[in-house]
Amino acid sequence: MSLATRLKPYATPITLALGLLVLAGLTDLIQITLLIRIVTVMFTSLILVLGLQLYMGNSGILSFAHIGFMGIGAYTSVLFSMTPAAKELSIPDIYPILLPLHLPFWPSVLVGALVAAFIAAFISYPLMRLSDAAAVITTFAVLVIIHVVLVHWGPVTNGPRTVFGIDNYTQLWTSTIVAVIIVFAVYFFKESRIGLRLRATRDDAYAAASIGINMVVMRWLAFIISAFIAGVGGGLWAHFITSFSPYAFYLTETFVVLAMLVIGGPYSVSGAVVGTVVVTFARELLRAIENYINILQVFPEGFFGFTEVVLAIVLILILIYRPSGIMGSREVGWPQWRRRKDDGEANNKLQEA
Amino acid sequence: MINLEFIINTISLGSLYAMLALGLVIIYGILRLVNFAYGELIMIGGYTMYLLTGFTPLPWLIVAVLAVAAAMFTSLFTELVAFRPVREKSLTAMLITSFAVSTLLQNAALLLISPRAKGVTLPQIFQTSVTIAGTDIPWRNILTIITCAATLILLLLLLRHTVLGIALRAAADNFTMTRILGVPANTVISAAFAISGIMAGIVSIFWIGRSATVTPTLGAPPLLVAFVATVIGGMRSLTGAVVGGFVYAILISLLGLFLPPELIEFREAFMFAIVIIILLFRPEGLIRSKTSVERVG
Repeated sequence: MSLATRLKPYATPITLALGLLVLAGLTDLIQITLLIRIVTVMFTSLILVLGLQLYMGNSGILSFAHIGFMGIGAYTSVLFSMTPAAKELSIPDIYPILLPLHLPFWPSVLVGALVAAFIAAFISYPLMRLSDAAAVITTFAVLVIIHVVLVHWGPVTNGPRTVFGIDNYTQLWTSTIVAVIIVFAVYFFKESRIGLRLRATRDDAYAAASIGINMVVMRWLAFIISAFIAGVGGGLWAHFITSFSPYAFYLTETFVVLAMLVIGGPYSVSGAVVGTVVVTFARELLRAIENYINILQVFPEGFFGFTEVVLAIVLILILIYRPSGIMGSREVGWPQWRRRKDDGEANNKLQEA
Repeated sequence: MINLEFIINTISLGSLYAMLALGLVIIYGILRLVNFAYGELIMIGGYTMYLLTGFTPLPWLIVAVLAVAAAMFTSLFTELVAFRPVREKSLTAMLITSFAVSTLLQNAALLLISPRAKGVTLPQIFQTSVTIAGTDIPWRNILTIITCAATLILLLLLLRHTVLGIALRAAADNFTMTRILGVPANTVISAAFAISGIMAGIVSIFWIGRSATVTPTLGAPPLLVAFVATVIGGMRSLTGAVVGGFVYAILISLLGLFLPPELIEFREAFMFAIVIIILLFRPEGLIRSKTSVERVG
């Protein structure tokens, strides 16, 4: 048996990982500061999009809450990674009890992700019974609640003001490696027993219940894991950006992450990866055009919002003409098997529903 | 504490919120679409007023009517261009579409007008008060109550006594059945979006009457209010929307009175926590609708 055949079950994550590693490698070779910045942030976005895909793709339920969990991960990890002196300077009203907490970078990110997962586990169990619009409104409510708390909880988050002076731990390869690990994790989750059961509830909740699948528990587990991943993404992002305010974790960011997932294709891991890469570069290009026009000062009031307008139009067009995204429910595999037929799994789920 | 001023203020807020909720529910009832772009219709109304009062000599009443018309046409246009093509697909697709439309309109305002807040010139009556039984009542609040009451009565007459109204109510109860009975889907849905736009337009007049400025992100707070009010009242019932609007106004006013000052900033979080609790224990809201299948499990 050839190596390729033996690795076939892992073809998708390996192909995706290789693609991502090549992208990071090229970026490292070219050594343009701006490109390194873009690609590093792209990988932190990818972690978030993958987290969202894990929940949304497998359960079929839209979630607005994940950017909130990213925020929780970011703030918690920062509270642990900053030195007491830096914390006192950056968050003047901080609770004295939080001051002495200090951990190295990786444990801080882990704690941040665990706190996000814990909060998700605590608040989401009852919400997992809801479907359709009720589910969407409740996750939206969770996002609003997290946002309001982040903005007003001065002694922990410095209120609406920016937290600054965070050490820059996240480098290009840090976020690359974590993103690659999460590609594998999300793919294996999809193929795991829990993932399969969850996808069964997505395709037909009653049929799944009739063969003994507990939909609420399956959704709950996926929600916790995806909140954990969002927390990791938040932690890494915070230690790259090094200063941020609660407004970074609200509707604008939610829109970008949703656009990445939906444009790529919410029903596959490959879709999440492709969508993130495509949208990141498209966005940077549009942003560059926007900045250039602003420098020219053609418009007296400035030229803002162009990027989002184009992105929103593309998103609507994708939803109209290709509702299952660029990838549909396909996963990438070894090149020679790419032409194999879809194995009937939830293809064009959006259309039939 | 609870005096005439408080009561009038709460009623005026309540009638405004009731209109907000109605505009959202009338679409939700038929399409199951939670329209995230609803708040942006209010923003459109606001910018129309800013442009017309600032750059044309039109009298204020005509400006107000044109603002309502602008919100209505935007609502119809978004339905035609964005929602109609994804309508047959899935709920999730429609929800993401409405989120995208919301972002699109918001950033279009940013791009075409300005990121900065713009002042809207309001007529004198919005700043003056009248003294009733020893308390100063702003005319604005009285106008809000009168306009909203009139609109609600007109809407009620429309829904009760016209063919279109009956079709709308039938569609909200059971859209498939209504279509089978020969009611054209597009007409009903367009009518719902038009009514939703009119509601948003009227709300925009009084919403901006409070702040006298308009910004691209103006739509978010009223949208959040409408969400909470519809969930409280019942997502599927028009009566519920009105009840929800008033309950919201009473709750938020009471929270403002009785919440300790250090928690008042978290008022919104409390309101949304209430939303979650209501959806869990009484997903059909205060007012039950005849047909309500929302949750599985």
